[in-house]
Amino acid sequence: MALFSINNIKISGVSACVPIHEETNWDFDLLNENEKKLLIKTTGIEKRRVAEKGTTTADLCFTSAKTLLKKLNFKANEIELIIFVSQSPDYFLPSTSTILQDRLELPTTAMAFDINLGCSGYVYGLSVISSLMTTTKIKKALLLAGDVSSFSINKNDKSTYPLFGDAGSATVLEYDENCSQMHFNVQSDGSGHQAIIIPDGGIRNPLTKDSFIEHKIEKGIVRSDRNLKLNGTDIFNFSLREVPPNVNELVAYANEDIAEYDYFIMHQANKLMNESIRKKLKFESEKVPYSISKFGNTSSASIPLTIVSELSNKLEKGRNKLILSGFGVGLSWASALVTTNNLICTDILEYE
Amino acid sequence: MISLEKFIAHIENELDDLEPGTLTANVNYRDLESWSSMYALIIIAFVDSEFDVTLTGDDLRNCNTITDLHQLVKNRS
Repeated sequence: MALFSINNIKISGVSACVPIHEETNWDFDLLNENEKKLLIKTTGIEKRRVAEKGTTTADLCFTSAKTLLKKLNFKANEIELIIFVSQSPDYFLPSTSTILQDRLELPTTAMAFDINLGCSGYVYGLSVISSLMTTTKIKKALLLAGDVSSFSINKNDKSTYPLFGDAGSATVLEYDENCSQMHFNVQSDGSGHQAIIIPDGGIRNPLTKDSFIEHKIEKGIVRSDRNLKLNGTDIFNFSLREVPPNVNELVAYANEDIAEYDYFIMHQANKLMNESIRKKLKFESEKVPYSISKFGNTSSASIPLTIVSELSNKLEKGRNKLILSGFGVGLSWASALVTTNNLICTDILEYE
Repeated sequence: MISLEKFIAHIENELDDLEPGTLTANVNYRDLESWSSMYALIIIAFVDSEFDVTLTGDDLRNCNTITDLHQLVKNRS
């Protein structure tokens, strides 16, 4: 089982950047007024940020990283490891992390690679970067996570378009022999890989002219095979079934008391689903922040975006014990127990 | 497990913009004019929290009426 603890690594700072262009689901005309109301009430998603054509996830993460390093007063040449977590890379190849090494002027002695994950990606990324740092004793590292999901979503698909927003984040981690342990419970189940999928464009189904043909699936759902396709009820079932036991196992493994945790920060998928998970884990509402009404589902950026948007004032002061949990596309899911101490956060950055 | 009548009343209460009385024991819920995938999510969340049964998308597709759904939840809880 991928249940493990990491010593000597702390999260020093978090930053998030969203495109300046905002859309609201009240303007989503594929739905009538009652349907809009029901969608917003159920999913909790009112507004989303949408990237201009040509803006990539790397651009949003670059802005986050640059601003955060400046705020921390860290020099680019101190960063020895950079990981980019995304499912919307700049190119098929080379990896986006390598391009960002150069754009951020990190030294060529830095290790750089990408991780291809979505909703679970931030917690997965934390587990990988902290594991590497603790074994290599690398002192400072950058975890970038985000997606420009709007690139793959059909505007005429009511089952996806109103749900997703674009965002990119940056997290700086440091080696520190005096910090608390981190604990992880990391899982996967590829039998559910059809539940969220962009069918065409990889090598299994290469892009052809047919990939761009738009099919009417049902009323309000038009998409092509290069568009993202989502089976909401299957994801809902998966999340309710898998996330609460994953968190409970982790807390038991770490020999911790769930009641002593200050905040439970979930991937922002769907308010009704997240609230069901919260109730199953018996967390008080005050401990469970949401940024979903403002930004929608921002894939692997959702946890750092929620930290920056909803908790920065609280986490900037003193020690806070956090449970983080990401779940979705893959299927893939992961939770972490982390302790922050005077966490440095930037404001929510806007990309023009 | 609660009675079918109570089960219907609860579901109707959850789907609060549904016209009262439109959800009867044997109506195919997908034929309701205002049926949407959001209702499917609301029903899954409700059944999960009240009866600790996590319905799948297939469960909802295979059931046609609230009576079918009530029976399914009863068998699993």
